[in-house]
Amino acid sequence: MTSKVEWKPLPTEAVKVAIIGSGPAGLSAASRAGQLGLSHVLLEKTDHLSDTIFKYQKGKRVLATPDRLDLRSDCRFAEGAREYILGNWDDDANTNKVYAVKQAEVTEVTGQKGAFEIKTSKGVVKAENIVLAIGTQGNPNRMRCPGNDLPHIIYTVDDPEDFKDKHITVVGSGDAGIENALGVAEEALENTVTILNRSKDFARAKAKNVSDMMEAGENGFMSIRTETQPKAVEPGWLTLETPTGEEKIQCDVIVARLGSVAPRGFVEAMGIEFTGPDREAFPKLSPTFESTVPGIFVIGALAGYPLIKHCMNQGYDVVEFINGNTGLTPADEKDLAAIFANLPQKISVSEWLEFFRQRVRIFSEVSPLQMREFMLDSKATHYRTGEIVFEKDEPGSSLFAIADGHAVVEIGGGATVKIEQGSIFGEVGLISGRKRGATIRAGEDSIFIEVSRTAALKLMAGVPGAKRVIERISLERQLLQIFRGGLTVEDLQPVVDQAQVERVSAGKVVLTEGEQGDDVYVIRSGSMVVEKDIGGKPIFLRYLPAGSFFGEMGVLSGQPRNATVKAAVGSELIKLTGESFRKMLAAKPKVREATEAAVAERAQMNSFIEARKANYSSAVDMYSDTASFIMKEGLGEATDALLIDENLCVGCDNCEKACADSHEGLSRLDREAGKTFAHLHVPTSCRHCEHPHCMADCPPNVIHRGPDGEVFMEPGCIGCGNCMRNCPYGVIRMEAAPPEKPSLIRWLLTGFGPGPGEPSPKWTKKKLGEEKPKKIAVKCDMCKGIADGPACVRACPTGAAIRVSPEEFLSIARLEEDAD
Amino acid sequence: MASLFSSLFGARRRSKATQTERVRERRHEGFLRYANFRWAKISGGLCLLIIVSYALIDVTPRHNGGSWYGYTLGTLGAGLILWLTALGYRKRKMTSDYWSLKAWTSAHVYLGLSLMVIGTWHTGFQLGWNVHTLAWALMMLVILSGLYGIIVYATLPQALSNNRDEMTQMQMLEAIRAFDRQLHAAAQPLTPQDTAPVLKALDEDPFAGGIGARLSGRYPRCATAAALHALAGRERATPRRARRWSGCSRRNRRRSDGCASISGSARCSKSGFMCMCR
Repeated sequence: MTSKVEWKPLPTEAVKVAIIGSGPAGLSAASRAGQLGLSHVLLEKTDHLSDTIFKYQKGKRVLATPDRLDLRSDCRFAEGAREYILGNWDDDANTNKVYAVKQAEVTEVTGQKGAFEIKTSKGVVKAENIVLAIGTQGNPNRMRCPGNDLPHIIYTVDDPEDFKDKHITVVGSGDAGIENALGVAEEALENTVTILNRSKDFARAKAKNVSDMMEAGENGFMSIRTETQPKAVEPGWLTLETPTGEEKIQCDVIVARLGSVAPRGFVEAMGIEFTGPDREAFPKLSPTFESTVPGIFVIGALAGYPLIKHCMNQGYDVVEFINGNTGLTPADEKDLAAIFANLPQKISVSEWLEFFRQRVRIFSEVSPLQMREFMLDSKATHYRTGEIVFEKDEPGSSLFAIADGHAVVEIGGGATVKIEQGSIFGEVGLISGRKRGATIRAGEDSIFIEVSRTAALKLMAGVPGAKRVIERISLERQLLQIFRGGLTVEDLQPVVDQAQVERVSAGKVVLTEGEQGDDVYVIRSGSMVVEKDIGGKPIFLRYLPAGSFFGEMGVLSGQPRNATVKAAVGSELIKLTGESFRKMLAAKPKVREATEAAVAERAQMNSFIEARKANYSSAVDMYSDTASFIMKEGLGEATDALLIDENLCVGCDNCEKACADSHEGLSRLDREAGKTFAHLHVPTSCRHCEHPHCMADCPPNVIHRGPDGEVFMEPGCIGCGNCMRNCPYGVIRMEAAPPEKPSLIRWLLTGFGPGPGEPSPKWTKKKLGEEKPKKIAVKCDMCKGIADGPACVRACPTGAAIRVSPEEFLSIARLEEDAD
Repeated sequence: MASLFSSLFGARRRSKATQTERVRERRHEGFLRYANFRWAKISGGLCLLIIVSYALIDVTPRHNGGSWYGYTLGTLGAGLILWLTALGYRKRKMTSDYWSLKAWTSAHVYLGLSLMVIGTWHTGFQLGWNVHTLAWALMMLVILSGLYGIIVYATLPQALSNNRDEMTQMQMLEAIRAFDRQLHAAAQPLTPQDTAPVLKALDEDPFAGGIGARLSGRYPRCATAAALHALAGRERATPRRARRWSGCSRRNRRRSDGCASISGSARCSKSGFMCMCR
């Protein structure tokens, strides 16, 4: 499609505001400036508006989430196909009298507020203020050989199915390149795929991708050429430089995946500070989007708001602010007002925000802008005296902050502990994703703020002070919960002061049997396995989930470590020094007693297994080997995994069919795939991890943990695929729901149409015709809302399929039964 | 029997209220052992009841299908038959209410077996050359086929799992295609005379042979075996071994040892020869 925008030459006079980047944020800002009659310029590096969306594949649906947020912009935006949205924006740019300049890539910004000089590829622009709306896409590195500007060189592959029967060459051997090559090399597409690598090995890519690529290469689906690089590009042909000389190959499409330059360096060069050194950090901003450099404003994805609606609203707001409109209330004002509506006092939104900021410790360093953001994902609730906030063993991962009043924790045996105003609770669920550890009530009429897990994690990442407070409180609480017996926060002071957080990767040994040492460890996230060398073979003794501790035997007895402890999955440990721990025990004899009792229990279990080993060696070996297999398959971080006993499984695939039929026609599990040990099969199916990898980066924040511990997706997925890429177990699919199937009775009687289970892609395609529905992420929700439990288990005719947590499955009862 | 059902209704109804405590199993429990042989006990009790009552109740002139007792058993049996056929529908219909297909299978197996007693006692042992006995014989045939089914369900899964060797169906098909491609490439330098049997083997549908061949494992016209025979000369490939999916297939797939280098010799260290044959 061609751009309908009336492009202008670079302005010669200084403008009030220069907007860099013409995406939704930049365009909305320029439109507002145009409407206000403000002198402005919109600088776009390409020859069309909104490059990121322009590069979407033809006909792709663009979603307008979040629904509850109102759009405040001079440009139109509603869910629709890419062409429709881009066409609207082109028209809007013209009607709003946007002064847009194309092919003006900004290379350098100098000067200060009131007199910025922006160097572009077309010349210099002078501006009083700058709005940075460049997004996070960055600039893809281009090929350097002659012909690198030809149109058949593309930098992304949105849908491999757009390519059929083509000669495709992928340049670049990182993960992106390999994934694209594998996508287009799918046999049904009948493409001839070549992947080029400048060096000999594929060091930059993930091992899994490399092995998949090698397999595809061996099976003849693609040719892998190492130590080869492109020399010249012509339409239809590509000349290669190979170790044995030049070679010309047929080539209709070149996919260049040579990495990109992230915009951060460019932004930092202007003097703008970021919140931290991590990849996730954002520029530090004021409530009016002003960065640490006065006069430069940052909005959109670069400011941490990846959704189009947010971006457009910010574009409008930022220009209003620059124009001196200080009374503007943000578009989310009414949403915030709704959140505060049920509170007893009737004060304004900004007064509430200030009230919370001053009263709650973790909010003290939060900027007003961030505060709004957090409150949108939070709930403020008024509780009456004695009202239950949550109950013990309830699943939940949100964090509560006490803005007014106080909370009371029931710690068992009728005893309670008070939590003061300004403090937090519920942080255990936040950090380990486990169920609630205790029941909490309101101690008096109180106001608690419930912050969702995502918002809390964002808070911790963005505000170091909040992170410190949360970590400290959670460590104290965890220790209080483990070591009971009248321990107080004051007693723990020296222990906590010397505590260190350690990160260990899966399989790393933390304690080695026979070594001296008296440090005590608490597992903050992840899990550990305890093994003991019996008869020259490591025997599995115990699985330690997050929240347990180990190493205490060494402190109490002074003996060398009596077992080896290693990480089952990547974990976080809190290391307490033996000395401070011993002092604490000495001061509190009751705690010492309780700890000794726990040690005795563990020692008893160890000796039980050792005794079994002597008598029933094979049963113990089997138990131990099964445990190692389960841990090796990554089930150490699972809370609920599908396990199939292949002594019972007849391979009917009824589990898959039931899954598809219980949901919208798509199966969330692959029974056949996955590893097997001693007829115990771990199929490809969601394990509902303790720390779900899929939750880590979900732009619309629709992945949550439900009441039964299930990790599920609520409607609102934008189809970005982040969760699918982040899942190490490959259990998330990107798929569109197939059309409605004919009824089961009709299929049984006539045999027409697809039967139970997922319809074949062929049938779906025929039924849909030209329509191309949006692919969204599809994952197991553990049949949420179906009281009788997951369909895969219920639909197994032989009892081969069960869903269990690793600690349930590896209980000592199992060993006893096996031995008897 | 109250205790047999109490867990079925009492405990499970409770779970609906709380929603957080689902019925969970910690261990695998097969359909035959389901709920501590609940349906075996129920169906055994039913058979016992029929046998004892048959002996105690005096029907004049004698027990037969037409007496009130015979009709009672006949109606019970007919109802049971209808219920037993409903499994085929039930297992394909996913509904969200309380049910477990394992419980259904378990009940299907044991109640189906009890039909032998119900049906036979219904006849009053009056068997002869008539349409009634034909119906009885056909029913018994169906029950016997069900018994065969139980044996298959109990014994085959292990073999299935072992033979599959962690490969999926797609991977197996892909492996066959890969072998075909490799064979095609390897046959390039051969003389036309030697190439002919290879091409013939490649052209053959890997799943041909019909049900007789599949069940017996004998493929008398197997083109691959013929090609092996023709080309191997000294090395006599034994068809039975060649037809197995052994560990060799994985080896070939991964190409981790000599087996992969098809150009040298197409031999796998484990199975003796090309394992691509079905």
